[in-house]
Amino acid sequence: MNGVLVVGMGAVDPDLVDEAAAAAALWGPPIERIPPLPEPEGARDAGRGQWAAAPFLKNLNAALPAGALRILGVTERDLFVPVLSFVFGQAQMEGPAAVVSLARLRPEFYGLPPDPPLLRARARKEAVHEVGHTFGLVHCPHESCPMSLSVGVWQVDRKGEAPCRSCAALARGRAERARRR
Amino acid sequence: MRTAWRILVVDDEPVMCESLAAWLREDGYHVDTAASGREALELSRSTEYAISFVDLKMPGGIDGIETMMELKKLQPEASVVIITAYATVDTAITAMKEGAQEYIVKPCNPQEISLLVSRIIKVKHLERENQILRRRLTGRYRFHDLLSKSPRMQEVFQLVRDVARLRSTVLIQGESGTGKELVARALHFSGDRAGKPFVGVSCAALAETLLESELFGHEKGAFTGAVSQRKGKFELADGGTIFLDEIGDISAKLQMDLLRVLQERRFYRVGGAEEISVDVRVVAATHVDLAAAVREGRFRDDLYYRLNVVAVHIPPLRERREDVPLLARTFLERTARELGKEVDDLSEDALRLLMDHPWPGNVRELENAIERALVTSRGAVLTADDFAFLRVPAGNGTGWTVPTHLPLHEVEHQVIAATLKRLDGNVKETAAVLGIDRSTLYEKLRKYGIER
Ligand SMILES: [Zn+2]
Ligand SMILES: [Zn+2]
Repeated sequence: MNGVLVVGMGAVDPDLVDEAAAAAALWGPPIERIPPLPEPEGARDAGRGQWAAAPFLKNLNAALPAGALRILGVTERDLFVPVLSFVFGQAQMEGPAAVVSLARLRPEFYGLPPDPPLLRARARKEAVHEVGHTFGLVHCPHESCPMSLSVGVWQVDRKGEAPCRSCAALARGRAERARRR
Repeated sequence: MRTAWRILVVDDEPVMCESLAAWLREDGYHVDTAASGREALELSRSTEYAISFVDLKMPGGIDGIETMMELKKLQPEASVVIITAYATVDTAITAMKEGAQEYIVKPCNPQEISLLVSRIIKVKHLERENQILRRRLTGRYRFHDLLSKSPRMQEVFQLVRDVARLRSTVLIQGESGTGKELVARALHFSGDRAGKPFVGVSCAALAETLLESELFGHEKGAFTGAVSQRKGKFELADGGTIFLDEIGDISAKLQMDLLRVLQERRFYRVGGAEEISVDVRVVAATHVDLAAAVREGRFRDDLYYRLNVVAVHIPPLRERREDVPLLARTFLERTARELGKEVDDLSEDALRLLMDHPWPGNVRELENAIERALVTSRGAVLTADDFAFLRVPAGNGTGWTVPTHLPLHEVEHQVIAATLKRLDGNVKETAAVLGIDRSTLYEKLRKYGIER
């Protein structure tokens, strides 16, 4: 199959994985949902109370079958990279794997009541964003584009889920090239 | 546009290095990584980085602060951001004193780092744009070593271009400090004689006999001290241009000799019998009003007409104030570089002060003022306070104590010398200010041995 695989990692609401998959389809290539993967072992940092993003990407790479273009993992865990206090997600630039964390997309994280439609919208945008990076896109200066940089949820909420014209065109070209390879 | 900027991340821990690099790459920057200070310096020798993130604590070899200081030596424009752990924040603050732009404490908040990067890059963008803009502007206003956007100076440049290829004698008139020699050089270097010598002589600097031998050379034994034959400036300028500065000051005898050279392009060395012929273009300059000197009988009219074939008038700076900011910024940039000072602009009030100043010493006075202000300034921008010395009014009676028991000729000597110095050697202005005519002033300068 010549498309993007979307997979839950550990305990994740399958509906939210579906939302992520539906949104990732905006980039063009076909989407396939595959059965959940376990959480990577040893990813938890006890001192920080968070999970390192790198082992998630490593396991996703390992799970990528021959012929598949990209793979997006979805986790409930609060992810970090060593130099930063947290990340909403992490992707390999032009690489096959990306992961999205739902932890900080939940209003509950900020002491607010749950808001399922808001959470679904945020999950969709971040899925689009991280998969965009795997197609080699960098952050977009258009605030309404899902490829714009978000360092807080207010920025996630400000942007839409449909890529701007230039990001869409760029991704189409990159995806086309990746498929031919 | 953004992708033009390169960022360097220096950290001995590969995961730190790579996670920051990956994050910055997502933002569209080209990022290189180095695992040690040594490696970082190696990379910086060949690549220019807009920002270098340097980990404070790196084991073995050179630490973060040393790395930063060496990086700054290689690329003074580069911004260094120190990466530190909580435990070493104090050291990071020391690093700021040593020239680090910022420090971040790891793990760092993504928002903080994103703001930091965009703030530094925004400044770099502005700097680059300003530089390009300024270079484009000065390029348009530059003619050889002259810089002006005033229409009158543009006419001067055009005239110089038009006559550069001719052999016609040119007379350049302008107050002292207006750049007469620069115009003469531009004339020489934009014509066919550019590859041949340009020889300048200041006629005011030498006594009559010395000037004569300076111009025409002398034979061995022509006078006491002439121990060997010597070529004069006219011979040395053969094929090229001779620039006779302060032509208004030469003696009647030399005026006659010069007239002959201009008519025949031939002359004798002092004490010589052999006639020497040269192909020299004569460019003369004066800050005195030669036409007036002719009327007053101090300058030969036939020589004046020979010299004044092409007349170039350089307007004083106070008549082309639009040039003040352009010149001031150009001098500032150049002098700051020479003095190794990090001053890159003039404040609004400083510019206003410079625009309002009468500049009796013209462009040279402005250049000196910028240098003087730079030497004493402390900020990154020159302010009106840095130019306080310009505010002292000349010839204002306050604050002056009348000396007693002083010979009158001594008082006269000192007043003339001080006034002349304040007016940058401008005899015309000095005479006007002192209320005497120029010939009287010349007489007194000679009498007291005052040098201009
Ligand atoms: Zn975009
Ligand atoms: Zn991103």
